[in-house]
Amino acid sequence: MAPPRLNTRGDEVLFRAGTGTFALLLIAIVGAIALALYEGSRLSIQAFGWQFWRTDTWDPVVGQFGARPFIWGTLYSSILALIISTPVALGIAIYISELAPEALRRPLVFVTELLAAIPSIVYGLWGIFVLVPFVRGLQVATPEWLRGVPLFEGPPLGVGMLSAALILSIMVIPFSSSVAREVLKAVPQSQREGAYALGATRWEAIRMALFYARTGIVGAVMLGFGRALGETMAVTMVIGNSPNISLSLYAPQYTMAAVLANEFAEATDDLYLNALVEIGLVLFAITLVINVISRTFIWSMDRQRRPRLVRTAAMRAGA
Amino acid sequence: MTLVHTSVPALAVPPRDAPLEPWQRPVAIDVERLNFFYGAKRALEDISVRISSHLVTAFIGPSGCGKSTFLRTLNRMNDIIPGTRVEGKVLIEGRDIYAPGTDVVALRRRVGMVFQKSNPFPKTIFENVAYGVRINGLTRSRAELEERVEESLQSAAIWDEVKDRLHDSALALSGGQQQRLCIARALAIRPEILLMDEPASALDPIATQRIEELIYSLKSSYTIVIVTHNMQQAARVSDRTAFFWLGRLIEYGATDRIFTNPAEKLTEDYVTGRFG
Repeated sequence: MAPPRLNTRGDEVLFRAGTGTFALLLIAIVGAIALALYEGSRLSIQAFGWQFWRTDTWDPVVGQFGARPFIWGTLYSSILALIISTPVALGIAIYISELAPEALRRPLVFVTELLAAIPSIVYGLWGIFVLVPFVRGLQVATPEWLRGVPLFEGPPLGVGMLSAALILSIMVIPFSSSVAREVLKAVPQSQREGAYALGATRWEAIRMALFYARTGIVGAVMLGFGRALGETMAVTMVIGNSPNISLSLYAPQYTMAAVLANEFAEATDDLYLNALVEIGLVLFAITLVINVISRTFIWSMDRQRRPRLVRTAAMRAGA
Repeated sequence: MTLVHTSVPALAVPPRDAPLEPWQRPVAIDVERLNFFYGAKRALEDISVRISSHLVTAFIGPSGCGKSTFLRTLNRMNDIIPGTRVEGKVLIEGRDIYAPGTDVVALRRRVGMVFQKSNPFPKTIFENVAYGVRINGLTRSRAELEERVEESLQSAAIWDEVKDRLHDSALALSGGQQQRLCIARALAIRPEILLMDEPASALDPIATQRIEELIYSLKSSYTIVIVTHNMQQAARVSDRTAFFWLGRLIEYGATDRIFTNPAEKLTEDYVTGRFG
């Protein structure tokens, strides 16, 4: 974008310096957060080293801390949420951008964006009062032969991995579907026309558009994943908060964000506090990596001389 | 292919040197009183025209005169633009393509199209050409498909340039090559009619010349309709020329006559460069 025209040179220098400072400040803040997390977890890093990532025990009483169940819970719940939400989000994006009549398009966009505006705690309350009883019902109704499968083991508690994954997927849908929608919108009409002109059906033309937008769509999905990783409140309320490593969808588990939210206020000794901050550091690192990867995907569409729109859309939706 | 003959069967196959007037040739596309609307706005008014088989017909006229819109009504490409409406008839092989129950996908297979801006898919050169063949299930084996791809690339005069890199991305080709690839892609499904919407307008003179040569060589096998805003190009490549102005067909006839001895004042003003 062209810089705004300013009438005097002095103004321009000031303007540049000012905006530049703010931009640098942003980088500085990210750096400062990383540094603070590192400083705050120094005791724990010294005490456990890399073992911290690999140990299952989380026992404040004896001063033994390992993050593995939380890392597992975070990744597992987010991956499940991704698996559930991706087809739905893509379906919404395709419907809105390719199929919906003009009159329906705006309301649908509005509603999906509204979903994103609902506070996490409200999702959590809905989760406790509606989703958890529903999931418990499902669990009770699990046929006997399924109960042996590791995915469905355990007592029907309602709270647990399945509830967390479901609530996360609902929360993630507005993000991934709006990025996917914008990415699809940025696919030049000439691509669809090219397909139609060769005798493509509507579905085939849509598939061509999806193919054209593939990297951006992967980016959209990953962006949703990044959000799921850090989601705290709603998950804390429905996941059962029990540090288990289990494949079972029914088992109560724990996430990194949830343990921070639950235990930070009670962390009495320094090592305990440091271990919690280190969990924050781990979460920060994982989220950072996922976001870098997803953005690389979205930007790579740009690098292949695709419309600038894709990038701005991704930035807007992911901001 | 079977063609609809005009009401003057004796003249359906004219002697070689007979004057080329539109009604003396087999008709590939017969348009009757076609009106086209964008919402409430009428973009084409009562167009009636007979496009002859195995000739090149050029549509000329100033920007916004409706020539591209008209071209796109011939394979129902405007269907995908919401809020548009067509009245009238377009007969191809005697059947109205706007009649209810028309299979639009089958229609577009028979009436191929090349666009103003080359639009290769972000796939390999091979896959671009193979796409239409695949989705329409036109070949039975890989060998047959490969043969079809090669043949199409040869017809589009691009085979020699790409034969060693069929599995490279089509996006790495130059603009002119991309456009010839798009022509190859259109030819691969063996249409009977080829619509070209300003196919050379984004190309440099040398690439343009290659496209024009290509059009000339394709004429024996296809009925070609080309929209161009370049009058020299129309004069060079076409046998018939139709002049459009403000959504109306002003004059239609043999290209030589349109450019040397137009019947209408408007046509004369346009071809002599007085406006447009």
